[in-house]
Amino acid sequence: MRLIAENLGGERGGEPVFSGVDFALAQGQALIVTGRNGSGKSTLLRVVAGLLPAAQGRLLIEGGGEDFPTVAAACHYLGHLNAMKTALSVTENLRFWRDFSGPGLSSVDEALDTVGLGGIGHLPFGYLSTGQRRRAAIAKLLVSQRPLWLLDEPTSGLDKASEARFSALMTRYCEGGGMILAATHLPLGIAGAKELAMRVGH
Amino acid sequence: MAGRPEGGALAKASQIMVALFLRDIRLNIRAGGGALTGIIFFLAVIATIPFGVGPDLKLLARIGPAILWIGALLSCLLGLDRLFQADREDGSLDLLVLGNDRHMLALTVLVKCLAHWAGSVLPLVIAAPLLGLFMNMEPLAIGATALTLLVGTPAITFIGAAGAAVAVALPRGGLLISVLVLPLTIPVLIFGVSASYGATADPDPFLQPFLILAALTLFLAVVGPVAAALALRHGTD
Repeated sequence: MRLIAENLGGERGGEPVFSGVDFALAQGQALIVTGRNGSGKSTLLRVVAGLLPAAQGRLLIEGGGEDFPTVAAACHYLGHLNAMKTALSVTENLRFWRDFSGPGLSSVDEALDTVGLGGIGHLPFGYLSTGQRRRAAIAKLLVSQRPLWLLDEPTSGLDKASEARFSALMTRYCEGGGMILAATHLPLGIAGAKELAMRVGH
Repeated sequence: MAGRPEGGALAKASQIMVALFLRDIRLNIRAGGGALTGIIFFLAVIATIPFGVGPDLKLLARIGPAILWIGALLSCLLGLDRLFQADREDGSLDLLVLGNDRHMLALTVLVKCLAHWAGSVLPLVIAAPLLGLFMNMEPLAIGATALTLLVGTPAITFIGAAGAAVAVALPRGGLLISVLVLPLTIPVLIFGVSASYGATADPDPFLQPFLILAALTLFLAVVGPVAAALALRHGTD
């Protein structure tokens, strides 16, 4: 399976944010999108996910088969917001997303253990700290199986230990044949990741 | 791994939609307020009318069904703005929209509408007979009005979903939704009220307006979610 972007361009409110972005991502590869604030990292991810229309160029997923015909169907999108309900418990949140997005390799409890939140699944999501919320959102990536992760500043709010754990998790995911497209200004520590530098007016 | 869905795509889709329905109902109960605000507003509207109209019991009984319907309509509109806005604020809406390829977004919207109706509007229908007593209505008129509300209010939610989807990106969309939606709900109101009157006033028919009301609800159950899904699809930024 491959994710290919050709001469991709995106805009916000009619203003071009970036243009002429080319990349190809094969299974087991990670691509880190870097660049200054306002260089279009988040916009690129939203265009790739299909939440924003591409202003130019094209984007396709090759070899997705019946299960993953489009990028939207093949991806996990982890944006700035955690997409969790504060009134529901962490477990209820994760269980809903597992039911909604299809089953994955880990059960809800295993996923919580993996991100170091084992034993607090019964707490309402609203009681968690910023870093814990982010980790719970990362656990969302594990409870349903997708070949592509689109991560927008995934480590914001995480402490050093959690960052290291998340790096190991992403490396393992790539080794297992996953693809990662991550926008960040901090090093993510994925072994063998390529880099795509966005410039303002790219 | 427990609970892995097996069998047909239909069974899988229904499982997903049940999960979504339960989540929204749970949120409605726990996050609090939605249903209760609506009922209190409904009560306030109905309780004010006798003071404004005066102590003419016959007049109150005559306008009762119409007043109940208008009160229920306004209370329905009150909670609509949160239908998609809450999901947008925490980022869930993006993921619901991305799920479009797996299960149609219109179906997701339909289920959200049903959950919203069950959580916020159904309590109004249940409270309506009690409020009918304030209006000195006969038991038969009360029953007919409650029945028409039960059948007609889902239509208001379905139209409202389209309005809520259009206004989802606006920070104070509540009033705008009401203004957008109110004209579209007029047919529902007309047939709901005329069926309620048909049950008590002798020469007027009950069944015909009631069936048209049911048809309106079924028609809007398709059109509303499809329109809302289109608006949500193109409203992401």
